[in-house]
Amino acid sequence: MSRVSESHRPILIRGGRVLDPASGRDEVVDVYLADGKVQDVGPRLAGQVGRKAERVDAKGHWVMPGFVDLHTHLREPGFEYKETIATGSASAVAGGFTTILCMANTKPVNDTGTVTRYMVDAAEACGLARVLPIGAVSKALKGEELAEIADMLEQGAVAVSDDGYPIMNAHLMRRALEYCATLGIPLIVHEEDINLAAGGVMNEGPVSTRLGLPGLTWAAEDVMVARDIVLAELTGAHVHVAHVSTAGAIRMIRDAQKRGLRVTTEVTPHHFTLTDEAVEGYDTDARMAPPLRFERDRQACIEGLRDGTIAAIATDHAPHGSHEKCIEFELALMGVVGLETSFGLTMRLVEAGELPLMTAVRALTSGPCRAFGLPYGTLGVGAPADVVVVDPDASTTVVPEKLESKSGNTPFKGWTLPTRIARTIFGGRTVYLGDGPGAGVVR
Amino acid sequence: MTGFARKDLLGLADLDADEIRHILDVADQFRDVNLRPIKKVPTLRGKSVVHLFLEPSTRTRTSFDIAAKRLSADTFSITGSSSSAKKGETLLDTARNLVAMHPDIIVVRHALAGGVRMLAEALPETSIVNAGDGACEHPTQGLLDLLTVRRRLGGFDGRTVTIVGDIKHSRVARSAIHGFSKLGAKVRVCGPKTLIPPGIESLGCESFDRLEPAVRGADVLMMLRIQQERIHLGGHYFPSIREYSRRYGVNRDKLKRWARRDVVIMHPGPINRGVELEPEVADGGWSVILDQVENGVAVRMAVLYLVLGGRRTAATEGRA
Repeated sequence: MSRVSESHRPILIRGGRVLDPASGRDEVVDVYLADGKVQDVGPRLAGQVGRKAERVDAKGHWVMPGFVDLHTHLREPGFEYKETIATGSASAVAGGFTTILCMANTKPVNDTGTVTRYMVDAAEACGLARVLPIGAVSKALKGEELAEIADMLEQGAVAVSDDGYPIMNAHLMRRALEYCATLGIPLIVHEEDINLAAGGVMNEGPVSTRLGLPGLTWAAEDVMVARDIVLAELTGAHVHVAHVSTAGAIRMIRDAQKRGLRVTTEVTPHHFTLTDEAVEGYDTDARMAPPLRFERDRQACIEGLRDGTIAAIATDHAPHGSHEKCIEFELALMGVVGLETSFGLTMRLVEAGELPLMTAVRALTSGPCRAFGLPYGTLGVGAPADVVVVDPDASTTVVPEKLESKSGNTPFKGWTLPTRIARTIFGGRTVYLGDGPGAGVVR
Repeated sequence: MTGFARKDLLGLADLDADEIRHILDVADQFRDVNLRPIKKVPTLRGKSVVHLFLEPSTRTRTSFDIAAKRLSADTFSITGSSSSAKKGETLLDTARNLVAMHPDIIVVRHALAGGVRMLAEALPETSIVNAGDGACEHPTQGLLDLLTVRRRLGGFDGRTVTIVGDIKHSRVARSAIHGFSKLGAKVRVCGPKTLIPPGIESLGCESFDRLEPAVRGADVLMMLRIQQERIHLGGHYFPSIREYSRRYGVNRDKLKRWARRDVVIMHPGPINRGVELEPEVADGGWSVILDQVENGVAVRMAVLYLVLGGRRTAATEGRA
């Protein structure tokens, strides 16, 4: 990438608590970045660094690999009124993310190398973060014919998914898995049996009954997870379950992993924070797919992060326009933004003692990268200079109008979350500053 | 809290027992107006009531219209489709346009739950009355059901009310469960498992999937309308009307074998004769179905009066 190799000033990040799950490091040391790479990590590096280097005082702050999000929707091409690759990248770096994967349900759908190439080029042109496209499994996401997966890989895709839609045809799924196994990439699945879902708009249970809204049973997710675990066994392919949300699915994935099957998964911050009670008052910012579930499911999500069954925290960042959300619940589009609240919500769990800090950071860095074989999410020497500096003692209040994202559809409006992103560095260049003069995205 | 001090009526779930009783008391007073030669009182003279019906309804809309006109209000009807959001104007835009014309009350029926609540929050200067929102609530129906039972049986303590039918999709059932349980009656719901929504018991009732135990000992049998469309919607709720009617329909024979001799039969209408109810049961001495309709107008007069905050107790002594 041409932008990265531009010679930016080297940066010396001094005196921060470096948390690097890939190496297990948790200590107060310096980090030296130059030529777009991590050059050194160790104590008292100031002496070795030239005068030209920018010195960043990270005392009292945490220094971590830039976060990695396996699941976002950047809405470009086709839905630029909700988000663009540029505004989505801005949202990412404001949330501490330097690598994001984006889904294929654009318009046109990303089912060819051409659209993949377009996305990669658009991301490079704005140069704020690394955007890795996820191509479609099937043409136009119809679930009928395979898309040209190898072509998309050649243009920069790193995985495939029909996310937004389940692949109901098991035979097609089998062949898609075999094809992906041939190419060595994961197939990300959106697990929802469309027939069992029966038009449900929120979790089926006492809350949906009381509100008079059609319910979507947890069984719709579990039956598909069960099916695709069987297909993972049959094909030896890598199945990655997107946005897992039920206790049953997490249990089955845990068992599958124990049996040595290549099944990985991710969880969203809204699923480990909220339950279906959040729909009270018909708040359309609490409508997403899969829906918010029961407390037992929320607890299973946290347990899954604790024991490593869930390798990644992934936002499923899904911006929507206000005219798509300020309408009746059953008509509102599904999805919430998440890039700028992900770390704060994760830290809420850590502060409540529900998740160890290193486990939390792993789920945002080396965890997702290891699951997908991506060479990011680490602060080892030679790694790309993607770093996030966090102020652990400050806090962030969620104000939808002030988000970098073009859209503000979040159920966390008004919440105050622990920590604040102080600085995000991508490829050795500071792309976001949390406070002080020039605060904001640095273009 | 005594009296009723809310600007809207959105659902019986929001009200406490005293508020509900107050509405019934006021409705009782308005009943008398409907029996006079001059069926008019000036209570809402000069006020504008808009009926915003985004789901088809003749009976409820007529009932509200009669109620508003008997109170001397001016009424206006807007009908449309609940899916207007897809075709053009959103619900909020429709409502804001209306509000710019300064109505005092908007009576809303909507096919989607929650729409009415959204309006009430967005329009703080206008009273919103829910005439049925999706499967959530139909509070004036619940109130007229309560008034009918109160007049027929004298009260609710120690009484059992059984609701039979498509509970899952019924706003009438939900309002009834809220209302009857708050006023002290025991509530039962009955239907095939496919039509009983999960967690309905948490609203305050017991569920039965067989008719006989649900009917035994019940003082009131409220029969809900089975919609023909439900079978064909792909919902697979029951195989045929015939099978449903044989297991859950009420006829004289079942009443004789299982029901209390003085059981009261109710139905929100319109009745599917021969499906939920045998014609002879619908028309027989057990039935208070027409009383429900009569009480409906009185209840709606009470609600329109109360949401405008009128505390004039003597208003029903007409000054026309």
